[in-house]
Amino acid sequence: MSLYFTKEHEWIRVEGDTATVGISEHAQHALGDIVFAEAPEPGRQLNKGDEAAVVESVKAASDVYTPVSGEVIEANQAIADEPALINTDPEGEGWFFKLRLSDPSELDGLMDEARYREWSSKL
Amino acid sequence: MADADTLDLIQTLPLDSWHRARGGRMVPFAGYHMPVQYEGIMAEHGWTRESAGLFDVSHMGQLVFRGQGMDAALERLLPGDLIGLKDGRLRYSLLLNEAGGIVDDLMATRRGDHFYLVVNGATKHGDIAAFEAAGLQPEHLAGQALLALQGPRAVEALEPLAPGVAGLTFMQGGAFTIAGADAWISRSGYTGEDGFEISIPASAAETVAEALLSSELVKPIGLGARDSLRLEAGLPLYGHDLDQRTTPVMADVTFAISKRRRAEGGFAGAERILLELENGPVQKRVGFTLEGRQPVREGARILDGEGNEVGRVTSGGFAPSLGRPIGMGYVATTLAAPGTPLTLEQRGKLFPATVAPTPFVPHRYHRKGAA
Repeated sequence: MSLYFTKEHEWIRVEGDTATVGISEHAQHALGDIVFAEAPEPGRQLNKGDEAAVVESVKAASDVYTPVSGEVIEANQAIADEPALINTDPEGEGWFFKLRLSDPSELDGLMDEARYREWSSKL
Repeated sequence: MADADTLDLIQTLPLDSWHRARGGRMVPFAGYHMPVQYEGIMAEHGWTRESAGLFDVSHMGQLVFRGQGMDAALERLLPGDLIGLKDGRLRYSLLLNEAGGIVDDLMATRRGDHFYLVVNGATKHGDIAAFEAAGLQPEHLAGQALLALQGPRAVEALEPLAPGVAGLTFMQGGAFTIAGADAWISRSGYTGEDGFEISIPASAAETVAEALLSSELVKPIGLGARDSLRLEAGLPLYGHDLDQRTTPVMADVTFAISKRRRAEGGFAGAERILLELENGPVQKRVGFTLEGRQPVREGARILDGEGNEVGRVTSGGFAPSLGRPIGMGYVATTLAAPGTPLTLEQRGKLFPATVAPTPFVPHRYHRKGAA
């Protein structure tokens, strides 16, 4: 298992050819109280950089981009039912969707956890 | 992120370091650094509805108008009955342009020999210029801070610090002393709750804020909850729900045009406004509710049953007290009746909505004659 992060504050947990995607602790803190989340439908083909999900706080709407390409194999129903889960456990129970990776080499440009934490702590 | 050049132009308010020390997340608003939230908008919103929230609204413009016959002079611009306004009473009013468009919305108080107006922060310099162009000479009280204490327990928290405020009724003000400072305190606000607005010298702002916060009933509240509270209360926000293109009749704030002024006219834009009062406006501000949980924000298009654009959303967000999204916007007057179905379009997605009566959350003002 490997964990990666993007400069857009998404995280990607990779197990075999499956990637789980969510937003980071830093991102949930910046957004504030989350009231709505919509993950992509299973079966949807996503290309790296596509708008994959929507997250709305009381104040504002934000897009979640997919950091890697692949087919959506599962959307997290729990965040649709209880969006606040993204605030309380953004890097665990508050995940957004799972992908079957189509190009694992896309992971190469992403940050590892230590680098991301250091970088985001200075923002 | 704003660049350094922009940041240089943003000013600080008297309580700037006080907000930061209490964990306030500061954002630029109306040309000032202001706290958007402390612990979180949902918690702050709920606290204000249940107990008492302390808001720093020192960005707002506090203006004094002195001189003989000032009531009549102000009536040339504002459509309210200021001649009939009793001493120590507040009136919601509007600064209008000659076309009847709303330049600002404001609170006007007769304070003994002068009038005291509180205007919006983002518009105060333009307002001053508009008053001056009309031959008036407002004195800008730039050295005054303004705090708001809002919520059902605000009176309980404030009375021990400023004895006598409990005797005020909604839209009444008076001179008090709080934490050693001279204050003008009115029973008014922008949340739909009972509460007070407290004008004090900037030099006393920190002492007064500390004294208020020493009550267990009071927590500091940011701009985020101020916006969600006023939206639930159905109160329009200048620059969003009101602007120079909207008239008081379109904006459904005709209660600001008093009976005598309707009969007599004689205020800026009266010709158009009186015609609109008689014949109805083409568009009207309404509230709406949405199915589901996703908010529809300012700027979204409002469509009729055939997909024609009939207006735009001017405020929209999640209502913490209702647990659902709400908003307001302008629609063709034929679609303004409560219960009318609407379709909203945001980023290519359609949302079914229904025109709803406002306020969404009932006002709980301390009105005269109430227990």
